[in-house]
Amino acid sequence: MVNQNKLAESVRTQQEVILKDWVAFQLAATSLRRDLMKESELRDQSREFLSLFAQALHGGSDIGDPSWKPVRDFLAQTARSRVAQGFTPSETAMFIFSLKQSLFDVIRTTVKDPKELVTDMWAATVLLDKLGLQIMELHQQNREEVIHRQQEELLELSTPVVQLFDNILALPLIGTLDSARTQIVMENLLQRIVETGAMIAIIDITGVPTVDTLVAQHLLKTVAAARLMGADCIISGIRPQIAQTIVHLGVDLSEVTTKATLADAFTIALQRTGASIMKSAVARPKE
Amino acid sequence: MTMERIPILKMGSFLLVTVQVDMHDRLAMTLQDDLTGRIVKDRAHGVLIDISSLEIVDSFIGRMIGNIASMARVLDAETVVVGMRPAVAITLVELGLSLPGVRTALNVDKGVEMLKGSIEDRARGNGHVAR
Repeated sequence: MVNQNKLAESVRTQQEVILKDWVAFQLAATSLRRDLMKESELRDQSREFLSLFAQALHGGSDIGDPSWKPVRDFLAQTARSRVAQGFTPSETAMFIFSLKQSLFDVIRTTVKDPKELVTDMWAATVLLDKLGLQIMELHQQNREEVIHRQQEELLELSTPVVQLFDNILALPLIGTLDSARTQIVMENLLQRIVETGAMIAIIDITGVPTVDTLVAQHLLKTVAAARLMGADCIISGIRPQIAQTIVHLGVDLSEVTTKATLADAFTIALQRTGASIMKSAVARPKE
Repeated sequence: MTMERIPILKMGSFLLVTVQVDMHDRLAMTLQDDLTGRIVKDRAHGVLIDISSLEIVDSFIGRMIGNIASMARVLDAETVVVGMRPAVAITLVELGLSLPGVRTALNVDKGVEMLKGSIEDRARGNGHVAR
């Protein structure tokens, strides 16, 4: 790889020139985000990348090669910090792609033979494209990790089972019910039924935005599972629109007691467990 | 070969069946024979089937429990399945086996309470007991 070595050599010797040129280009570009990143930070990042890049070039142009590992690690780190800073994927990718111009300038001044020049340019383009795609992919990966983590946190956060009274549990659902959530909701509910010996569970769906056939099916599954454990379920918090949707979709909720509000459900639950709450004749003010 | 049997215990006017081993055809048939015999002999009004030691309940056991409940009903005895584990309940529901027509309770105590309640209802002449 004669070309490769020459490219490596010229990048190494003219590192300072390229860096100056590249940083100037990045600072002038429209994709620069001064609000997210300081100029000195950009300069440091660029310098570090360029020195790693120059070293790695000696090992060949295959970026999967172990000699490129420092560069790959650096890209991963850069992608992570840029995701955290709030850069868009294209802004992150421009970090690499903007190097092209400076690099081509150097190649143009060092290589005189036109044929050779084209070959070198091509090799450099391919290489930088690969690196650009790599950082883009890493950026995407980091974003997905964030989404995944948030999803998990949401799952843990949104399925509390609360005890309202002796023998009565309430399960206020908030957000859409998908299969994964139903599974967790069901497990939590059944576990609490075992722990508390509750006979009635009120599933409140005030916070569920829409009820389609799938969500209804998930609800019915939860009700059936609770019944197998000896607890009756009441579904409450059914909004008028949802009542209409349920009927239009032909979902059969006749097996389940349904109530419009949690208060109604609680009243019927008290009746069924033989408990009652009374108003005392004199209201006692809080001391 | 010694014949395996599932023990049936008498508790007042109820019978308690504790299933602790894996069910198979022969055992299920024997249980049905024994149980129907005992319901008539002891004039039992209720049957409790305790499955708290079962970690796996498949469609076979599900169907058998349903059959036993139907047979007991013909002999004028209510059946309550007690002690199902959460994991078992979830599996059954996922399989689409929610034991229709069988009553359930969390444990033996609650099952007994439930049976007593329905016998009182019957004594008051409410006839068929609502689920």
